[in-house]
Amino acid sequence: MAQTLSDRELVARCRSGDQQAWAELVDRFSRYVYAISVQAFRLPDSDAEDVFQEVFARAYEHLDKLRDDAAVRPWLAQLTRRLCIDRLRATSRERPTADEELELAGSEETLTMLEDALTVHEALAAAPEHCREILDRFFARDESYRTIGEALDLPSGTIASRISRCLGRLRELLEGRTRPDTPSGSR
Amino acid sequence: MTAFDEERLARLIRALPPAPEAWVRAAQELPLARAGLDEIVARAEADAEFRARLLADLEAALEAEGYERDPAVVELLKVRFKSK
Repeated sequence: MAQTLSDRELVARCRSGDQQAWAELVDRFSRYVYAISVQAFRLPDSDAEDVFQEVFARAYEHLDKLRDDAAVRPWLAQLTRRLCIDRLRATSRERPTADEELELAGSEETLTMLEDALTVHEALAAAPEHCREILDRFFARDESYRTIGEALDLPSGTIASRISRCLGRLRELLEGRTRPDTPSGSR
Repeated sequence: MTAFDEERLARLIRALPPAPEAWVRAAQELPLARAGLDEIVARAEADAEFRARLLADLEAALEAEGYERDPAVVELLKVRFKSK
């Protein structure tokens, strides 16, 4: 699925009760929220799942409090970080940890990298479908050439060159991005 | 972000694997949970004892009252009660 709505438009539709828009919003930001909790804060899956559900439940309940609809991305990131810290604080009761340590738990370097990753996935969502599919399968889903070849009905020998061409295409897309209110997210 | 060399692009695509499908589906179903939620909240507002039990142990209270254990409803209720 290509992204067609900006974050601002998507949030406005969610607020008006459009259930499909809500599903799209969850889809757009699910990888980002997940990655913050498991990569930046290294939460185990059970805690990460709780955080993930709570982030979206809070977002759903409080979407009307978002002052700038285009700012949904940093809002969700902040919410996820806060809930991860709460979770770490709760699990460290037996082994007290200083607040400063908890604040530092989400490595700033990783969080910045995930921001960049979301920008790249956003560009990927705007790429031609054949590129989107092959790059996502190979890099994000870690599928083998054989699996990709079978799924996309491509000879394995052509996959490497196609990946390389698509990375080049993605690079062009990123270098050509200038609009400030573009959709953000990934699928 | 600054440079877009292909190695870096590959690393950044790899950095966002999909979240587990079941998690995504549950979050997408939040609007459907809303209807059931309103009934429970209304009852909690009218019935102090029910409300106290919900606050003490949300999932056990719902189960004891025969409500279906819908994770989306539970999450929304947690948010509602926390914000009150």
